[in-house]
Amino acid sequence: MTGEKLVNLNVNLAGLKLTNPTMLASGILGYSSETLESIAENGAGAVVTKSIGLKPRVGYANPTIVQTKCGLINAMGLPNPGIKEFVREIRATKKVLKVPLVVSIYGFSTEEYAKVAEKAVGAGADAVELNVSCPHVKETGSEIGQNPKILAQVIKAVKLKVDKPVFVKLSPNVTSIADIAETAEKAGADALTAINTVKAMAIDAETAMPILSNKVGGLSGPAIKPVALRCVYEVYERVKVPIVGCGGITSWRDAVEFLLAGASAIQMGTAIALKGANVFKTVSRGIEAYLKRKGFRSVKEIVGLSHRR
Amino acid sequence: MSAYPTAANKHRTTRLLNIKTESPTVKTFTFKDKQCAKAKPGQFLMLWIPGIDEIPLSILDADKNGTVSVAVKKVGEATKALHELKAGETIGVRGPFGNSFTVKKGKILMVGGGTGLAPLLFLAKKLALEKAKIFMVMGAKTREELLFKEVFEKICGKENLVATTEDGSYGVKGLATTPLERILAKEKLDIIYTCGPEKMMRKVFDLAETRGIAVEASLERLMRCAIGLCGSCVIGKYRVCRDGPVFTVNQLREVKGEFGVSKRDFDGKLIPLG
Repeated sequence: MTGEKLVNLNVNLAGLKLTNPTMLASGILGYSSETLESIAENGAGAVVTKSIGLKPRVGYANPTIVQTKCGLINAMGLPNPGIKEFVREIRATKKVLKVPLVVSIYGFSTEEYAKVAEKAVGAGADAVELNVSCPHVKETGSEIGQNPKILAQVIKAVKLKVDKPVFVKLSPNVTSIADIAETAEKAGADALTAINTVKAMAIDAETAMPILSNKVGGLSGPAIKPVALRCVYEVYERVKVPIVGCGGITSWRDAVEFLLAGASAIQMGTAIALKGANVFKTVSRGIEAYLKRKGFRSVKEIVGLSHRR
Repeated sequence: MSAYPTAANKHRTTRLLNIKTESPTVKTFTFKDKQCAKAKPGQFLMLWIPGIDEIPLSILDADKNGTVSVAVKKVGEATKALHELKAGETIGVRGPFGNSFTVKKGKILMVGGGTGLAPLLFLAKKLALEKAKIFMVMGAKTREELLFKEVFEKICGKENLVATTEDGSYGVKGLATTPLERILAKEKLDIIYTCGPEKMMRKVFDLAETRGIAVEASLERLMRCAIGLCGSCVIGKYRVCRDGPVFTVNQLREVKGEFGVSKRDFDGKLIPLG
């Protein structure tokens, strides 16, 4: 058609160049170069690995996941082979991956976060995402992200060691996510991912037992979308750094809502179980069609648009 | 409804209806579960032993009346606890998960070892309805551990069944793969279905490749989420829980480097297959 505007799905996320705003969320697949590559082939604009720590971790015993009516509750317990082993996977992934590789990182101390981040970037990570929001492992994750003082220390320590963008993944399990976001930005975060899972549990009525071996875990999936959307909206009002929206996104419409709330890109994980791995392609095509229909030329034009209405 | 019934497949509990001792180490557990009763041969379920563990199990049988059976070998803490349960006690169920064997007509060979015979029996019952000609090779360590031999004999015919035992206490002494070359040389097969120890399946695959015969193998890996998210069960670019557990010969070729060679450990690290 003549006169039709070309829509550009490119996103510059704190220096990372994405060809579309969809990303694989951390914790989903992400152990191996083959699976990360296959997610990219399914249309993800960038991929985030499973959270990697300094030492190997076997995670919790099963049940590590509960399928409920409204979403999934998981307490995997951060299983990962440790950074020393994982640098090989990062190198192998970088050889084949055509989209930016973000390595998710956790630690039990400021030093651990910094050490792991340094090694990940050294091996070729295009960015790191600090997991300061895992709701089910003690002395890391949300226990760091809920404490502004420690959170700032961790971010500063990582920033000193790496010259690549540092994403900080925020927990919704706080009194004010905007306050925490501001703390993270001041400490040097280049981008913020909102949100990690919502702390939750499941109890079986027949046996009167908590189902997860860890008893508590994190809720993901469509149930948390409205919570995540509100978090992104609140964070956008307080910070200048880009926000990556995450939580319950399974369709292009969900994704667009997050962009309108203030996210520059979005992440999906549970959607893979609900819609299949090609959800990345269908969502980015849907975003493209939406932009076209509404007369926009780029993703950037609608980021935070709902704040002006 | 979404493309996958994950959202509808929520955790539920049921009671054990019947427990049957199959061998000194294997028991069959039967219970009611509407969703798993619709399972196809090759699919698996996640069984929760309350307060102990949740384990993946191949479905042995699924009946229209709503009952489901699984055969469980006592190998560790979880299966030991399950073996101690009595009829009437409560278990949790999720599933069915994964793909299934394709039901082919024609000349078929099944090669099964240990509890790998469970999904093959489920499949054999379906194939019998299609009037397929089934040759069966079943292996176990000892005579007592040869599972479902009488039922297989009934389905395939005694003359078409070869049993192997590692200690030579019954049938051919050796592994399930021992009599294979002889059968492959004699019969023009349309497909081989295999389930059991992965090194056995790798041998079956390698032999089939030399003769260009189609293979479907049901693989096993560490399972956590069972819905294709956690990555615990990946082999190559495939997730055993979602893209498998049944893999075609073409897919097996793609994962040759890992098939029968290595698996991912609890920490996600690749380790040699035991």
